[in-house]
Amino acid sequence: MKPPRYRQSGRNMLFSIPNQLVLLFFSLIAVYPVYYMVITAFKTRQNWLHDQFGLPNPITLQNFADAFSRGNIPLWFGNSLIVTFFSLIASTAVSALAAYAIARFRFAGRAFYFNSMIALMVIPPAVLILPLFVLMVNISLVNTLTSVIIIYSGLLIPFSVYLLVSFFRSLPSELFDAAAIDGCTNLDTFWRITLPLSTPALVTLVVVNALFVWNELLIALVFLQSESAKTLMPGLTTFKGHFTLNEPLIMAGTLIATVPMILLYLFGQRLFVEGLVAGAVK
Amino acid sequence: MPDKKPSTGITFRKIEPYLYLAPATILVILVFIYPVIKIIQTSLMQNTASGVKVFGFYNYQLVSEDPVFWQALRNNGKLLFSVPIMTLLALVIAILLFEHVRGWLVYRGLIFLPYILAIPVVGTTFVYLLGLNGIVNTMLRSLGIGFLAQDWLGSATWVVPSISLVIIYRELGFGVVLFLARLMSLEQEILEAAEIDGANWWQKHFYVTLPQLAGVIEFFIIVELITMLSWVFAYVFTMTGGGPGFASTILEFYIWKHAFAFRSPGIASALAVVLLAATTVLIVLQLRLRRRSLEEAS
Repeated sequence: MKPPRYRQSGRNMLFSIPNQLVLLFFSLIAVYPVYYMVITAFKTRQNWLHDQFGLPNPITLQNFADAFSRGNIPLWFGNSLIVTFFSLIASTAVSALAAYAIARFRFAGRAFYFNSMIALMVIPPAVLILPLFVLMVNISLVNTLTSVIIIYSGLLIPFSVYLLVSFFRSLPSELFDAAAIDGCTNLDTFWRITLPLSTPALVTLVVVNALFVWNELLIALVFLQSESAKTLMPGLTTFKGHFTLNEPLIMAGTLIATVPMILLYLFGQRLFVEGLVAGAVK
Repeated sequence: MPDKKPSTGITFRKIEPYLYLAPATILVILVFIYPVIKIIQTSLMQNTASGVKVFGFYNYQLVSEDPVFWQALRNNGKLLFSVPIMTLLALVIAILLFEHVRGWLVYRGLIFLPYILAIPVVGTTFVYLLGLNGIVNTMLRSLGIGFLAQDWLGSATWVVPSISLVIIYRELGFGVVLFLARLMSLEQEILEAAEIDGANWWQKHFYVTLPQLAGVIEFFIIVELITMLSWVFAYVFTMTGGGPGFASTILEFYIWKHAFAFRSPGIASALAVVLLAATTVLIVLQLRLRRRSLEEAS
């Protein structure tokens, strides 16, 4: 990304020291809880009791070993990966198709459909969980990863369609005309032209949606109640309940759950930023 | 295809977009439309002694007589006050970042970091930070104002403001990134012209920068208002469990409690319809805003 184009002129440089201090202050606040989580996760419980805020002394890896052996964290971690993977595949596929129809065709009900998508973004999941739960019980999907994959895929559609429609509309229409002249069917044009050209938008969308699915608690909590079906977020709340008196162990668990998103952030900070900004208005 | 009969071609062309919409539509009906209809229906039904369900507003009457419901509603209302605070803070930080080339990427990266953390992770960590001997109280004591130290999440007075603060902590970075992106797309000449005309820092940003940011500020405010009504469950669940007592119970949490802990689907449904009604106002705002942005883009 480009640096800000506007630079403060020289005579104002004196003001920059307080500005730096303000920014430093907010950066420290932003980072401190993560820092606290990391130092605590490497402490023994004794060490934590005597010195909550200092660096770990001695540094121990026991909490991580315990988190893996005494809890179901590896299992939950795997479940989270499965749920995130399939929810993203399903929601992206159906949303891209729908967005293509909205962006490229004229048909009755198009405006209504698109407006409905925008409106649905506002509906709180808490409103939906009870009827969905009854439904999932009736079709025996409670405590299966399938249940949450279906729900997440559906929940992600409105935002995904919205984002992709605005992107597809920005592609030059000459390309589509040329494809039509060359005898491409609409499905060909979707698959061979629209999707490849939309790779940046699709990657951005997947990253933002991955963050949502990986971090979601309420739905996972309601639909995955058995130990073996849990994903990381409801798993962590159980884990916390089991080891209330072992703070470093709990922090090790939360740190393990956070690592994938931190990695994603380190490698794709730009994508997060673009994804969140793309949904916004000028 | 050239060898296709025109008549079938026209028919296919007519239904083609609907075929593309079909998979998404099925999922949306399953996950959104069906539950919303069902929840309204359930909220209007009551069980009679004979086991037959009859139509009525009994559930709503029970809800309206429940002080915890009013408490939850008030708490959601209080959370809305964190929106102007985080908007202002995000604006100031974004403008500072914008004026500061040196290290701005690092600052932005750090300030945005909380937004990628899971709410259960943030909540769990803040339980320690806001605890009796947590960093907040320790800092207050070392500053010589230890009398201000509190059991932040255990006090009925302080629990909602404390949760607000944690929400602001996590959401602030989103605002900063949004505003900064918009600032970077502004025409630099206008700001320079204002400077040449002798505008000071405040005048420059108040009269020149802010008006141009109006759209994105409105967007952020609406998104955050939605968040305060629809996405705070995980904070309350992991930090306080709605307590002490019901002091930090919010609508989402109370719906969940009635649906899955108290096993009273009728009341849970009535509560859900109330929450839905509250968000409807935001749906209208959202529609207006998003439509406008698309028109501008196309």
